[in-house]
Parts: sequence; C-alpha cells; structure tokens
Amino acid sequence: MALTRDQLAKRVAQEFEDGYYVNLGIGIPTLAANFIPDDMEVMLQSENGLLGMGPFPLDEEVDADLINAGKQTVTMVKGASLFSSAESFAMIRGGHVDLTVLGAFEVDCQGNIASYMIPGKLIKGMGGAMDLVAGADNIIVTMTHASKSGASKLLSECTLPLTGKGCIKRVLTDLALLDIEGGKFILRERAPGVSVEEIANLTSGELVIPDNVPEMVF
Amino acid sequence: MSGFDKVVTSYEEALEGLEDNMTIISGGFGLCGIPENLIKEIKRKGTKGLTIASNNAGTDGHGLGLLLEDKQIKKMISSYVGENALFENQLMSGELEVELTPQGTLAEKMRAGGAGIPAFYTATGYGTPVGEGKEVREFNGRHYILEEALSGDFSIGKAWKADRHGNLMFRKTARNFNPSAITAGKIAVVEVEEIVEVGELDPDEIHLPGIYVNRLIKGTFEKTIEQRTVRSA
Repeated sequence: MALTRDQLAKRVAQEFEDGYYVNLGIGIPTLAANFIPDDMEVMLQSENGLLGMGPFPLDEEVDADLINAGKQTVTMVKGASLFSSAESFAMIRGGHVDLTVLGAFEVDCQGNIASYMIPGKLIKGMGGAMDLVAGADNIIVTMTHASKSGASKLLSECTLPLTGKGCIKRVLTDLALLDIEGGKFILRERAPGVSVEEIANLTSGELVIPDNVPEMVF
Repeated sequence: MSGFDKVVTSYEEALEGLEDNMTIISGGFGLCGIPENLIKEIKRKGTKGLTIASNNAGTDGHGLGLLLEDKQIKKMISSYVGENALFENQLMSGELEVELTPQGTLAEKMRAGGAGIPAFYTATGYGTPVGEGKEVREFNGRHYILEEALSGDFSIGKAWKADRHGNLMFRKTARNFNPSAITAGKIAVVEVEEIVEVGELDPDEIHLPGIYVNRLIKGTFEKTIEQRTVRSA
C-alpha cells in the first residue's frame, strides 16, 4: 500500500534528531511537526523570520503579526527568536539549518529538483525553495512516486525547469525511501506491502536495488 | 519636521514626490507587516507605471492587490505571486511583468541595495531559469551566480513602534522584509502603530536605526489575516 499523508509525515519525523533546527515546507513536510517524539527537542524554522515555531494558536491567541511561511497564523515555543527575512535566509544559505524537507514535481538521479514551475501553466513563483535547496546539505524531498496516470517522477533527467541543481540526496515517496549517489537512485526502504518490482517499474532513472530492502517501520 | 524629527502628519506628505514610472521597494510578507496605508495612498494618488519589489503582490482587494485594480503597477519583483486573481489576469494579458526572484535572494538584494554593495554571489538559482544570463563563478568547487542589488526611488515599510527620530522596533513576524526594504529606498517612508518621544526606546532594543528613515507617520491598521488557522483547546 502506498503511504498515507500521515505515514509520510511519520517517516519524515524519523529523520529528526535531538537538537535539530528544521525547515519544513508547505504540505506533507509541515505535518511531520505533529510526529516529533516527546523526548526530542526540535526547533522549526519559518523562513519569514521565526525560529521556534509552535502549533496553531487557540482562537483567542490569534495574532495577525505572527504567521508562518504559508501565511497561516501560528504560535511560538519557549526559546523562540524573531528576525528579518535577510537574517532568515542568511541562516538558510549559510548552512545553519540541520534539515530541510520540501515537496517536488520531479527529481532526477543527478540530484536535480524541479518543484516550482510547469511551463504553460501559471507560474506562481519559487518562494524560498531555491534558497533552501541551495543552502541546505541535508534535504529530504517528499513527493508521490508517480503521477496519477503512472508516469514516474523519479527520472534520469528532470523535464521541468529546475529549482536546484545537484543538491538532492534523499527522496521519500509514497512507495519508497531512496538515496541519490553517483548518478543513481539507491532503494533504501519500501512502503509496507509494496514490492521492489512495483517501485522499479515506476522509477525511470537508474535504480540500484540492494539485496535487502526492508519495509518501513512506524 | 526639524532636525532629526522624521514625523509627518499626512499620508499625502509621506509620499510627496512619488511620480509615475518610479521604483518602490516594499516590506511585508503576504499581508503581514505590509505598509497598508501607504499603499492606499499610492492608490489614491493614482501613480502609474510603477516597478515594485515586494515578496508578494497582495491579495484581491488587499495590500498591493489594490494597485492592480487601476493598473498602477508595470512590473513586480517578487518570489511568490500565487494569491491574487487580478494579478494572474494582468500577467496573462501582458499588462503586467513579473521578475520572479528567490525569496532569500530578494531579501539580500534589498539589504545589499541599502548597504552599498552593488552585487553579490549566491548559489541560489544556479543551473535554474533564475541563473540564465547571469555571470557564474566558482568558489571552493561550487558554482555561484552574480545577483545585483536592488534600490528604489522610494521604499515603504511598516514597523510597530518608533521614536520621532525614526528609530524602529518591529513586532513578531511582521518584521520580515521591512528592515532590508526600508534601507533600499532613496526616500524611506515608514508607517507605525505608535510614535514615542526620543529617549523612550532602549537603544539596545532598536531593530533599525533612524538613519535609514526619512519620513515617519502613525497609522491605524486593519492587519488582514490571510489564513486564520486555529487549534481547539
């Protein structure tokens, strides 16, 4: 079975480590914040100028001056700090954020990512995604493995305009967890009940299948 | 206004000298921390052909979205413009031009513009459409593109509190692009929620010194929330 949104978020959260500063993109990456283990301290960075983002506010706590990168009202945790956009991207570009998680339309086995622009459709912009992929060393891309019509999104070469070049080393899809090394996808884990063959059939970039590909454990 | 006193008493005076075809650098992220009354004054003035650098372009009926209604904007320099139907229409019909700029690059372009740095190298955008036509240099085995600074005829910003000299304090994530944007305009106009007497702000707590501010005005703010998200108790 392909992973649900919550399962994807849970698997992302398994990559968190105690003391990590983490930037979570809009959508499934944001959900991972719900699965931070109780015995672990993780600080969430919001690119609009907040380190130490908390959950949504109670109705009476809503503050128009306190939002996240998705323009949603949020709160701050104890120990939070506030700063300008220039400062925020200095910490992103400077490689100070320990883990970045974001979505994509396509990735390829050269580590390229396309996530912001489909030619012919309306172009809304890249927001902070280009800065995040260029600045972070430790990035997880979360995405569906294939389109609804069954076309692979894990390619030998991205077809859409790139968000970043040669910067992606780890991809989590609804079917598998893969690393990108030496111009190849390496299959590390598979979603429970999903076969290696199924993943191979839906991966169009070169795929290395180790002898043992364990199922994900939640 | 005398000496270091930056306070003006009308929005008309705040934007005196703003003319057609000028460039404006604006603070704000989404509708958070936007100089909403200064934008309304630009609408009232009817200034046209504007180039505006701002992370976003407002929403329909709010923020910079108001300036689209009378087609006052010629070009936007933004990182994300996906929240505005009027914007989409004018973009598709060719009435409006947009220069999509990565968010961190945009912030740094403003910061550099105010800090006298004409250009800087960044890895952001290398190998993507953003890097096309830009100078590339390799440092320590990595590729970087040359991005030029941004400066404007005017900059408009919103802060929380100021003293009469224009020393500014921002509040929470309404700070965002404001400190950098304000520094990047030849004439920097800032609106605030409260103006106090000189000496009332702790110098250690000032986020942006008044040297960057030319005109200061106290306003009242709607502070529209784009996405009101709450949890239950």
